[in-house]
Amino acid sequence: MAHSTASTDTHGHPADPSKRDMLELLAGASAALLGAGIAWPLVSSMNPAKDVLALSSVEVDLAPIAAGQGIVVSWQGKPIFVRHRTPEEVKAAQDAKPSELNDPQSDAARTKPGHETWMVLIGICTHLGCIPLGNKATDVRGEWGGWFCPCHGSQYDTSGRIRKGPAPTNLAVPPYAFESDSKIKIG
Amino acid sequence: MAGLHKSEFANPVINWVDSRLPIFTMMQKEYGVFPTPKNFNYFWNFGALAMVTLVLMIVTGIFLAMNYQPNTELAFGSVQHIMRDVNFGWLIRYVHQNGASMFFMVTYIHIFRGLYYGSYKAPRELLWMLGVIILLLMMATAFMGYVLPWGQMSYWGATVITNLFSAFPVVGPKIVTLLWGGFSVDNPTLNRFFALHYLMPFVLVGVVFLHVAALHITGSNNPLGIDVKSPQDTVPFHPFYTIKDSVGMCVFLMIWAGFVCFAPNLLGDANNFIPANPLQTPADIVPEWYFLPYYGILRSVPNKLLGVCMMFASILLLLALPWLDTSKVRSARFRPIFRILVFVWCATFVGLGICGAHKPEGIWVILSRLFAFYYFAHLLVVLPILGKLERPLPLPESISNPVVRAALARSVAVAAIVAALLGVQSLSPAHAEEEIVLPAQKWSFAGVFGTVDLASAQRGFQIYSEVCANCHSMKYLHYRDLAGIGVEPGQIKAIAAAVTVPQGTNDEGEAKEGPGTPADQFRSPFANDKQARARNNGALPPDLSLMVNAREDGANHVYAILTGYADAPSTMKMQDGMNYNKYFPGHQIAMPQPLRDGQVTYADGTPNTLDQEARDVVTFLSWAANPEQTERKQLGIRVILYLGFMACVTYALKRKIWAAVH
Ligand code: FES
Repeated sequence: MAHSTASTDTHGHPADPSKRDMLELLAGASAALLGAGIAWPLVSSMNPAKDVLALSSVEVDLAPIAAGQGIVVSWQGKPIFVRHRTPEEVKAAQDAKPSELNDPQSDAARTKPGHETWMVLIGICTHLGCIPLGNKATDVRGEWGGWFCPCHGSQYDTSGRIRKGPAPTNLAVPPYAFESDSKIKIG
Repeated sequence: MAGLHKSEFANPVINWVDSRLPIFTMMQKEYGVFPTPKNFNYFWNFGALAMVTLVLMIVTGIFLAMNYQPNTELAFGSVQHIMRDVNFGWLIRYVHQNGASMFFMVTYIHIFRGLYYGSYKAPRELLWMLGVIILLLMMATAFMGYVLPWGQMSYWGATVITNLFSAFPVVGPKIVTLLWGGFSVDNPTLNRFFALHYLMPFVLVGVVFLHVAALHITGSNNPLGIDVKSPQDTVPFHPFYTIKDSVGMCVFLMIWAGFVCFAPNLLGDANNFIPANPLQTPADIVPEWYFLPYYGILRSVPNKLLGVCMMFASILLLLALPWLDTSKVRSARFRPIFRILVFVWCATFVGLGICGAHKPEGIWVILSRLFAFYYFAHLLVVLPILGKLERPLPLPESISNPVVRAALARSVAVAAIVAALLGVQSLSPAHAEEEIVLPAQKWSFAGVFGTVDLASAQRGFQIYSEVCANCHSMKYLHYRDLAGIGVEPGQIKAIAAAVTVPQGTNDEGEAKEGPGTPADQFRSPFANDKQARARNNGALPPDLSLMVNAREDGANHVYAILTGYADAPSTMKMQDGMNYNKYFPGHQIAMPQPLRDGQVTYADGTPNTLDQEARDVVTFLSWAANPEQTERKQLGIRVILYLGFMACVTYALKRKIWAAVH
């Protein structure tokens, strides 16, 4: 076939189109696959590297946090709110009726059994990512006594649930566990 | 000019765009129907290959820059971070690192093609000169890129090359200070080199665009060196040359992948695995292979200023080549004397490279002077005179009616160039001292199919922790990395927790320590280098993370040192605190014999002989230096098979497409 020079046009299309079409298809497909094979590692390299993935847990000592106060620690580069709630704050959070909530969730689902005084939250407003105020007793805490986002006025209750403002969902709870009564491990 | 471009594309969207911005028409004209001489040989692939390389270098470079830190404190470590932690970081880095060599290989062959077939002659003078500028830009870019990893060769290469400018009277030292941004190569230098290394490729793209634009005005030269006379002499660029270039590209990528996956550091220097040390120059300082010929010229001249000028002149003179060569005949095929001399000239260039790789002593000085003399004589004397004296062979009437077939010459030329290029590389710089021959051992990880023996590596880790770790750090490794030699996650946690590591500061601002986690670095035995020196008789125990890469023939080297302790021969005067070692350069080593029979007890019952212990620790260190090695080789096999398949498909298609023309 390679020697059949008969009847060809100026664009080099030989007389046997089917075999050539097949080769063209094969060459085109393998080139596309090669391109994807080159792009894959490059794109993949932008995902978190091994060292970033490995830094996935942090321990917090709860002893120094007085009731009514909260602290902020950094976990995976994110602010984590750890708040020691007063009995009144706990009660307010537990008594909220689902009908009053924009994103209904019980307080029990957001705390650890036996450790209801402790609220651990990812301190990132679910609206557009600002950090709400309210960890210090002197901060503006909003109408529900929880947290108040200064950017566009979202208000969270003492369980970190959204009550008012543009934020669509409650403040998220990170994965954590109590190592002892006065120590938690986040992540 | 107002009004829309008259576009003739059937697709309405393409037509709409094209009548407003005729890029499709331009592509069609320049790369679709562009009439191209039909007698190109595979030498004409290399321009396209250089273009592919440039694109791949820019793309991989951008992704490397996302993880690299241009700071003297962080640069070396950030490269290790790329190699060890970033997903596919090792692949991207090795493609980029070897890509520099690939780029020069391809470009040198491309230049040789131009020299042999007279592509620099009228009307392509400007095209050629733009090419010389591209070469200069490439060199500057490659040099600055080599500085970035901030290893010993990076640092000392930067020092030596920037000091070249100090040769110029009056302004010289000022220029050097300006380049450094200080009084030695330091952080400001690294910073600006990074900025410029990122910028230059885009300048390169600009000049390449002009180079290609000029090519599309004059049209390509061809192996016969005669002008295109009629449409019968040409074929449209697409599909004839797009497919031929694709075949070449597949083969080229196979070679590149071969280097990346099986010998990623073959073209590099072991010294660059040692972090830059401004207080100590490595014993052999040699530039990368692609700079060796110029280095050879530099060292052939005993005068500093003259040497530097000759080195620059060796490239700048090429700008004048179109006028230095007075012959009207382009292709060497029809110039019997030139044809021999062009090979002689290229051989002197390669010869200079070989001289550049050796210490400038004895025969090498004489040879490098001879070669340098002919290099310049060829340009300045031989070419102008030869053009007048030589009687060219009769030229063929046209490309479609050639009288001469020169397949033999073609293959000889290819073979000569390839052999020459390989030859330079195989000549590693010779050591002036007595040669120490390292006994070659059998390693599980050696060869294309070799994989790291995990059990042995784990035993090696035991030896490292029980013995080596008392003095040597391995700061580029983390406990989590031990998963790579098959240590279970639970065990890794336990190993890490058994170590006390610094954990920042407590709430009172005092330094805090606590049990390690898998995320921690291997703990260093000493707080800092000064303490390490003070406790080891002034000798700094080197970090072992990269030890196997940081020595020539590293695995055999480390094994030989570990097993090479003996009593000093009576003729040898040993210095205080030094130990005799058969394989250590100079035979006096500060490290006391670390391993002996029965030094450790293996849990798996492996006999704890010195040989076994040394073997295990070397296996561990080899893995530690190249944790990606098994994955890399396995990927390499698959990539090369795939590209080989693609090469066959494109070659079959090329035969089909060309069947009509041949
Ligand atoms: S980001 Fe918090 S309210 Fe908009």
